[in-house]
Amino acid sequence: MIEIKDLHKSYIMGSNSLHVLKGIDFNVEEGELVAIMGSSGSGKSTLLNILGMLDVADEGSYTLDSVPIKNLNEKKAAQYRNKFLGFIFQSFNLINYKTAMENVALPLYYQGVSRKERQEKALKYLGQVGLAEWATHLPSELSGGQKQRVAIARAMASEPKVLLADEPTGALDSTTSYEVMELIQKINDEGNTILVVTHEEDIAKMCKRIVHLKDGIIEKDEKIEQVRASEYV
Amino acid sequence: MFDIDRWQELFDAIRKNKLRTFLTGLSVASGIFILVILLGFGQGFQNGIRHEFEADATSRVWVWTNPTSKEFKGLNPGRSIWLKNENIDYANDALDEYLETSSGVSRVRATITYKGESGSYGIQGISPDYQEIENVSMTMGRFINQADMASNAKVVVISNKVYREMMDKEEDPLGEYLELSRFNFKIIGVFIDNGGEREENRVYIPRTTAQTVFNGQNRVNNIAFTLKEDADFDAAVARSKEFVKDYETYLKQVNTIAPNDESAIRVFSALEEAKRYYSLASNIALFFWFVGICTIIAGVVGVSNIMLIVVKERTREIGIRKALGAKPWAVVGMILHESIFVTALAGFTGLIFSMGLFELVGPSIEVDYIVNPSVDFNTALTMVFVLIFAGALAGFFPAWRAARIQPIVALRDE
Repeated sequence: MIEIKDLHKSYIMGSNSLHVLKGIDFNVEEGELVAIMGSSGSGKSTLLNILGMLDVADEGSYTLDSVPIKNLNEKKAAQYRNKFLGFIFQSFNLINYKTAMENVALPLYYQGVSRKERQEKALKYLGQVGLAEWATHLPSELSGGQKQRVAIARAMASEPKVLLADEPTGALDSTTSYEVMELIQKINDEGNTILVVTHEEDIAKMCKRIVHLKDGIIEKDEKIEQVRASEYV
Repeated sequence: MFDIDRWQELFDAIRKNKLRTFLTGLSVASGIFILVILLGFGQGFQNGIRHEFEADATSRVWVWTNPTSKEFKGLNPGRSIWLKNENIDYANDALDEYLETSSGVSRVRATITYKGESGSYGIQGISPDYQEIENVSMTMGRFINQADMASNAKVVVISNKVYREMMDKEEDPLGEYLELSRFNFKIIGVFIDNGGEREENRVYIPRTTAQTVFNGQNRVNNIAFTLKEDADFDAAVARSKEFVKDYETYLKQVNTIAPNDESAIRVFSALEEAKRYYSLASNIALFFWFVGICTIIAGVVGVSNIMLIVVKERTREIGIRKALGAKPWAVVGMILHESIFVTALAGFTGLIFSMGLFELVGPSIEVDYIVNPSVDFNTALTMVFVLIFAGALAGFFPAWRAARIQPIVALRDE
């Protein structure tokens, strides 16, 4: 599903350049649930941003679902993001003047799906994350966990190939975190490929594979015995 | 454009920022409002000037004299100069090519009495041509004619005002006699002056009668001319200047006046005056345009300012949208749509208000030099479209920049 070869990325910070990713080789198969772990500054978010086409690599190749992701213009990148990827952010990134349902329906709007169909789908995915009754509420009326569940529903709505979650539990207390992870596991059980960036050990252990990043290189890549989040809840 | 979802997005955004949208709209609406009002008054002023000059024949030239102001050929300054009949004849012969009509004006000092009641009005001895020069229309009877001139007839043409003030409404003035000093003058006509009532404080008698009966000799107080028409206004002004120059030279010569004596022979040329007023009016109109355009520019700057803020405020949202698959043009479209919608709505509001004001108040404005201020609807509409276009342009650059931002940068924006 994802093939990455020798990926490099540097940031220019004033006069010095910061080499964040120093040659990453990394494959993800369909249906995997991968945690990318590392301390802050290890390059994990940068990697995820590049995977998400939110940022571009300096060097190396990236193939997503057999499509080479290279020299994309903005329009193409937008299309690919919409078609291939669903994003879950630490700070939820819901649009605050839109209701839960409208937020979920937004990626479908950019796919050109008709209004009626959008609403049906949005309601369906809200139902899957258990928030059907909250469809007409604004993000400000929802709790943190609920917001993240709306964001997950939104990421799911466009039926992407890969879900990318950047610290999905970073802004949540542990109980809510486990609820969100339970949902992510459930979605993975249905066969969706998911990448989770986290620095929390317990969250990473709920995935099926952990990739440890340190100083811009992969330090360790291991398959693990998944801890079911439901055990904690 | 007619995508219902776009509109939905638009109204969501507007609802979220009612005050900001209102203020933007207000600046645009007042810009258009001020522009239209200014243009309207510019037009009203031009109308007013035109109206003022319609009072008399537009090509009128008016000649009068003052005492000389300069010593010349041994003659002292302060000498009185009289215009004479022969001066009129000279113009009619030698300068015929310029002239349409001509008339001397002999003023007579005399009391006017009718049936024992007297009134104080001016008495002017004039030629038949004077009717055209003063732009006078008859409501009853006729004006002075050549036969009256030839026979020194004691006939008088009275103004409507004189008729109203000295006689009963039902009375037929024609054939009645008006006493000027001790002489009876038969009323042959009633006129109204198109220049308004202040030019109706007078009666007209034949010039020849004025000169013989009231001992005016062959003198006249003024000479009035109208010039031959010319389709081109500037050419007409040039011809008027030529005529004035020739005639002035002639008058100075026959009266032995210093060529550089500016005060002895005075000439008023309506055309030159009109040209001055017209160019004044058009300069003022131009100035109003300038102020109006500046107001519009201020409006546009306001809009672009707001759009910059809008984009800044929505950077994060734009990042989210891009992450969810919004193409750059979708982002640009979204922001432009808002900017165009707000400017258009506000622009038309300002337009409707100002046009409505003119419609309501315009015709009842009765001030000298301002007549029926109004604005050509197409001009105003064009201005609104220019404003919308400028608003769109003003919104475009921030929108374009926003659309170009890497989503990751936009998302990082707190």
